Amino acid sequence: METAIILLVGVLISCGLYLMLERNLLRFIFGLILLSNGVNLLIMTAGRLTRAAPSLIPEGEYAPVAELANALPQALVLTAIVIGFGLTVFALVLILRAYERLGTTDGDELSQMIEGEDGDDTSSKFPSSQQAPDYIREPKINPPVLSQVRESKL
Amino acid sequence: MFLGVLLVFLLAFTSPFVIRILGIRYAWFLGLAAFGLTVYFASFLPAVSNGAIVTEQFAWLPSLGINLSFHLDGLSLLFALLISFVGGFIMIYAGGYLKGDQTLGQFYLILLSFMAAMLGLVLSDNLIVMFIFWELTSLTSYFLVAYKHSYESSRNSALQALLVTGSGGLAMLAGFLLLGNIAGSYQISALVAQAELIQSSNLFAPMLILVLLGALTKSAQFPFHFWLPNAMAAPTPVSAYLHSATMVKAGIYLMARLNPALGGGSLWFWLLGIAGALTVLSAGILALKQTDLKKLLAYSTLVALGMLTMLLAVGTSAAVKAAMVFLLAHSLYKAALFMAAGTIDHQTGSRDIREIAGLRKALPVTALAILLASMSLAGLPPKLGFIGKELAYEALIVQPFFLVAAVLANAAMLVVAVLVAIRPFWGRTLKAPRAVKGAPLSLYLGPIVLASLGLIFAIFPDLIELSKLPAVAAVLGKPYEFSLYLFPSSFTAALWLSIITVILGLGLYLIWPRVFALLNRISPQLDIGPAKAYALFITYLPKAAKAATKLIQGETLRRNLGVMMAFSVLLLGFTAFRYNAFANPQFSWSLNAYELFVVLLCAAGAVATVLARTKLMAVTALSVVGFSVALCFILFAAPDLAITQFMVETLLVIIVVLVMIRLPELRRERSFSFLNAVIAVGAGALITGLMLSVLNNPFNPALTQFFEAESVPGGFGRNIVNVILVDFRAIDTLGEIVVLAVAALGVMSLLRPKKEKS
Amino acid sequence: MNSVILKTGTRLLLALLLLLSVFLLLRGHNMPGGGFIGGLVAAAAFALYGIAFGVEAARYVLRLSPQQLIGTGLIIAIISGFFALFSNTSFLTGQWITLANLKLGTPLLFDVGVYFLVIGVVLMMIFALESA
Repeated sequence: METAIILLVGVLISCGLYLMLERNLLRFIFGLILLSNGVNLLIMTAGRLTRAAPSLIPEGEYAPVAELANALPQALVLTAIVIGFGLTVFALVLILRAYERLGTTDGDELSQMIEGEDGDDTSSKFPSSQQAPDYIREPKINPPVLSQVRESKL
Repeated sequence: MFLGVLLVFLLAFTSPFVIRILGIRYAWFLGLAAFGLTVYFASFLPAVSNGAIVTEQFAWLPSLGINLSFHLDGLSLLFALLISFVGGFIMIYAGGYLKGDQTLGQFYLILLSFMAAMLGLVLSDNLIVMFIFWELTSLTSYFLVAYKHSYESSRNSALQALLVTGSGGLAMLAGFLLLGNIAGSYQISALVAQAELIQSSNLFAPMLILVLLGALTKSAQFPFHFWLPNAMAAPTPVSAYLHSATMVKAGIYLMARLNPALGGGSLWFWLLGIAGALTVLSAGILALKQTDLKKLLAYSTLVALGMLTMLLAVGTSAAVKAAMVFLLAHSLYKAALFMAAGTIDHQTGSRDIREIAGLRKALPVTALAILLASMSLAGLPPKLGFIGKELAYEALIVQPFFLVAAVLANAAMLVVAVLVAIRPFWGRTLKAPRAVKGAPLSLYLGPIVLASLGLIFAIFPDLIELSKLPAVAAVLGKPYEFSLYLFPSSFTAALWLSIITVILGLGLYLIWPRVFALLNRISPQLDIGPAKAYALFITYLPKAAKAATKLIQGETLRRNLGVMMAFSVLLLGFTAFRYNAFANPQFSWSLNAYELFVVLLCAAGAVATVLARTKLMAVTALSVVGFSVALCFILFAAPDLAITQFMVETLLVIIVVLVMIRLPELRRERSFSFLNAVIAVGAGALITGLMLSVLNNPFNPALTQFFEAESVPGGFGRNIVNVILVDFRAIDTLGEIVVLAVAALGVMSLLRPKKEKS
Repeated sequence: MNSVILKTGTRLLLALLLLLSVFLLLRGHNMPGGGFIGGLVAAAAFALYGIAFGVEAARYVLRLSPQQLIGTGLIIAIISGFFALFSNTSFLTGQWITLANLKLGTPLLFDVGVYFLVIGVVLMMIFALESA
């Protein structure tokens, strides 16, 4: 059964990474979610899988009497799931804000907007005649019509 | 000794504060302190003259063989005396020269640190400690050269000096590490005994080249000579100090210091000899196209350094003796000349020999000092410079090529000496930018004393002979009977050569205006020297770095990620393949029908997410994946995980939907990227392969067994997972919930501007 | 969302789910459950209420703000660690007392802290998104 699960892990990671290499940042997040699911399964599998009892010690006993599922990777994965949740939500909100401010969810376009900000090494240290790119001086706010979108969807 | 170095550092760091109390008298105080240090070092002279070596050692990193060990032999003593004695005059001079400068306190801070580093450099007996002081001198001289940092040329010159000497220093460190490995010790005094072992090592040649790169860059030898004339951007007291007793002499010191251990071979001879001869020739020619007093002197320094390098290349007793006497003479006259040139600059506002003339009435002492010092520079009797040059000719006679180079360069030096000594002081005042006033004592004390010393030493050579100049024995690594005289008893070859030099020099002086014009006319066409190479390097290195960064790290997140993934896959895959990680895979296929269903469902969900055209479709497919992973957790006896995954998946769907409705529909992506697919599938396949390999290895249950055994007796809980989370590894959980809190706060603050109304 | 069925159901479900979440929290040490799971269930309950009646109503039912919940949770978790001072052991070492057949210990307190924090974190995110 481990073989099947690690093949599944491979599929999840491949799909996740493929999505993470796409332009659309929303797809990037989808990839991230797939990736973290894959990694969680991977950690479980590395601690060996079992169909035996969950890692609970029976009433009245001081130690397990029969084979139990490995508790350690479970503890690791449990925290990983919750942290992954926090990370995903944070990343989503970041993309939402980026879209609201800059009007795009395209990673390449966002990169190009930032490109030049960390421009030439010396020009940043000493005042020079070089002018700041347009978008720094006048932030291009291109808000989508939020209220309409919301009402129509809800 | 180490205490002395520390004391100078202490003086350095208190300078900015003490100078506020003492005001301009602080310069004299520092001068006296430096002379005190000179007296302290001089007190070792009788013992060291008799061959004693004073040592001190403090453990620093004994496990790495790095100790703060210091020793004082003849060579170190000569340098320590020069550094502290000349340093004293520099301190006094700087007080007068930079009078009224608001940042004089900081200036002294750096100048004294530089002095301390120089002292540490010449006193240390450990290669690594020496390297640290060495780099400290590079660093502090960077700040000294860039002292007038509001000028771009100052900053560029300082950066050039730092980059050239700093990269040389790095090469030297590599050389030192090799040397330490070969000899089995970083102790410099222990290297001499190992000279044969070192020189017969396979690594001798690369080691020697690396070490000498450090010395040659520091001493501004061809082809690294160009930084030194540019370092003229420094205030004159700094130039005077850097050129006479310190900085550039550090390279000479290193060559002299390592001569007993590394010298004598043909590689040593050719490397140093060629560098020295080329330096002497190129600097001699280039000096003739200058009119700036400081530039003239800077090129004469290069000639002197080249002479010293050639002498150390030859390495005979006579050569070493000549080198040490020449070094002493040069330190004295060069400091005097620079300070005097600075005085002229300070009092008139110009240091161009075409602009200043007739100053002998206004600056009589300075004029005398320059006259005396220039005689040394020109190698005329009765000056120490004359003795040094005589000895050098005598030693170089065995190498005709070097001898010719030396004679020609010295003829050029005669021209420089005449230009420097006569032009500014005789004739009528042409156009002084400033009304000339008499110079204060602080500005002419140093030049006149140092210039006179050269005269006194030459007339009474017994003064030096009395001390036996133990530096010579130290450089030779064996006892040496030292004697010195001003004039030989008969006409030797060296004396004839001196006469030829003078005649050549005078001839050259007569045609100097034409030479000057010619050199300045052709030099723009000959813009192909090492300086040009440096300029190209400094221009294109950042561009190349930027291009490389753009190529590897990409302009976009995707490119960046893709490169990282591809390289991780390649490197990991190669390593795993190389060590047969994928050999004999064990498969375990026993899967129930419902388990197979869950696995297939999950995989289908993942593929569907990739293929999804709409947001809704993608979110649905993601939920399928999430819930089927939860089912996997149930199947494999992990109920806590399953519940957590179910809850998280549910909440995530709510949140994703809340975000998604405000984002635009997924645009139709540009067509399928084959390369991305290869990277992604490669990574997935690699992980699968590695996991197969992991599962092949026996499982170590020690940790799990510990938790199973301790859960009830130690944690009073039957749910082992929970006991691990809240008891055994509670501090990890604490860290984790802090991260969660931070993520939530981040989300809230990102969304805050719109939340204001509620 | 205007659904009578959802609203009616949610009123009942909120109480039931909260009860379930406390149950999961308390039994967590011996059976599947615990602070994370309990907290997630409770947060889901309030999120459901928020969907049915709106964020303002959910905030009102919650009484405490999510920020306060996060703070409370963190403080409880950290304080539970300082009990170890009494027995001169390291921070967060479990301390237990037996009260009439009932074993009470600082790990339980720690879990309660996690519970509150998780509710706060999830609700802070959802409320912020819903009202933004």
